[in-house]
Amino acid sequence: MKNNILEINNLKVFTNNNSRLKLVKNISLNLKKGKTTCIVGESGSGKSLTALSVMQLLSSQLNMSGSIIFEGVNLLNLTKEEIRKRRGKDIAMIFQEPMTSLNPVLTIGYQIEEAIGVHEKLIKFKLKARVEELLNIVGIPTDRINSYPDELSGGQRQRVMIAMAISCSPKLLIADEPTTALDVTVQAQILNLLHSLKLKYQMTMLFITHDFGVVNDIADDVAVMFQGEIVEQGSVANVLKNPKHPYTKALLNCVPDSQGKKDLKPIDYAVLKKAMS
Amino acid sequence: MQMEILLEAKNLSKEYVKTTGFFSRTRTSIKALDNISINIKKGITLAVVGESGSGKSTLAKSLIRLVEIDKGSIIFKEKNMRIINGAELKLTRKNIQMIFQDPYASLNPRMKIIKIMEEPLQIHGIGNSANQYSKILSMIKKVGLVEGDLKKYPHQFSGGQRQRIGIARALILEPELVICDEPVSALDVSVQAQIIQLLKSLQKEFGLTYLFITHDLRIVRHIADEVVVMKDGKLIEQGKTDIIFRKPKTKYTKELLASIPGNLSKRK
Repeated sequence: MKNNILEINNLKVFTNNNSRLKLVKNISLNLKKGKTTCIVGESGSGKSLTALSVMQLLSSQLNMSGSIIFEGVNLLNLTKEEIRKRRGKDIAMIFQEPMTSLNPVLTIGYQIEEAIGVHEKLIKFKLKARVEELLNIVGIPTDRINSYPDELSGGQRQRVMIAMAISCSPKLLIADEPTTALDVTVQAQILNLLHSLKLKYQMTMLFITHDFGVVNDIADDVAVMFQGEIVEQGSVANVLKNPKHPYTKALLNCVPDSQGKKDLKPIDYAVLKKAMS
Repeated sequence: MQMEILLEAKNLSKEYVKTTGFFSRTRTSIKALDNISINIKKGITLAVVGESGSGKSTLAKSLIRLVEIDKGSIIFKEKNMRIINGAELKLTRKNIQMIFQDPYASLNPRMKIIKIMEEPLQIHGIGNSANQYSKILSMIKKVGLVEGDLKKYPHQFSGGQRQRIGIARALILEPELVICDEPVSALDVSVQAQIIQLLKSLQKEFGLTYLFITHDLRIVRHIADEVVVMKDGKLIEQGKTDIIFRKPKTKYTKELLASIPGNLSKRK
């Protein structure tokens, strides 16, 4: 398909010493150009592994098979060097914990410079101008350029991560639970920022979360993962309003809604298993 | 509903002072609590909401004197919490228990669950070893764990199970007031739902009063009867949950309500 920027076909992730133990079981997912696709699921459902597979950042103890086609090229066939050229430039990623993903002993300005420097050779003053421009875009005052990560709040740190991620104008941005560690108000700001950046730079976003509220706010398409499989996918409107799979229904039932009318129903895995078989 | 007041806190103030600089010392202070008064009625759930840094955790800790306040009074069951000491303070603390946010950090990794559960009983000298065990067993079953779990260490449990252990440890002393400091923020939605339902059913069974600290207004709606909204150490708004959600008076509360996930204006 021409308007798919990324096509994941029959992706399997398994451990090196036991290839029968599949952590991600044969999933296929297409990302439409310029759209935001959310992967939702509980911890352990394989959503982060899927994201890491796309970035080719899986732990050395894990292996994968299948194909991941990014703009017509199968990422699994590329050499390490070729992957490195795309990683950060064409495909960038934001992680959940901004504090653990930033280097505590380097200023944020230096770290953003570094992110640009990997892919672009700019002379010193142009580099600095670019960093300041990026800080402006993500809403951090430029006089914070020499601050260290611990001098920033959680929300600001995540903004720095976003600045690094968009520094080389990636075509695909992968965000792995970028707002889970943040307060609701800050979360709303970051979601708004990501959404406006997506529109401004016509990026495609792969957004990983366990919160259906966030899905509702940001996604165009959604894929629900359960025990390493995609059990349901489709447009947000369809999946949220009219869930077909018993797991999607069960998961939706445990999300507290803002009206507080619905009673929270924890997932009963025994009932679910019956419904699925 | 009985409207007896269990805890009354009046005009609580707490300032954190930070000194910076080596030669020319400058003092900056942050008002973590700025003249806060709250009443906790018996048998209800009072939620305290606010962003990080709003002083909500300081408020919780000050009530059991884990943080000493600068000014104000705290009356719990007709006892002035600020002047009691020694045995009397210990007895009162038995009556106010706390459940913490991070179930990974609040359980000692070198203690088996049985030991974690025994400790509070021993500290407060409750029962002999035989009836302590049966007490622990029945509590652990109430929170959805099994007898075999007592021999395990905290790392052998998932986040949700650890939070269940934290709840069991808090409730084994049969407290009247339980302070829950973001007990579900670190958990997945599905596990979050389990823990909230568990807390609700335990409240019914034991007639507990909860002070529930959270930044997630969706959970407030599900669990709380009354809400206190805090910002920068100040009390912004308080009242019945329904009323706060339907007719928020202050701009800040409206802002908080607008940032609930799922409530952001649809942009497509």
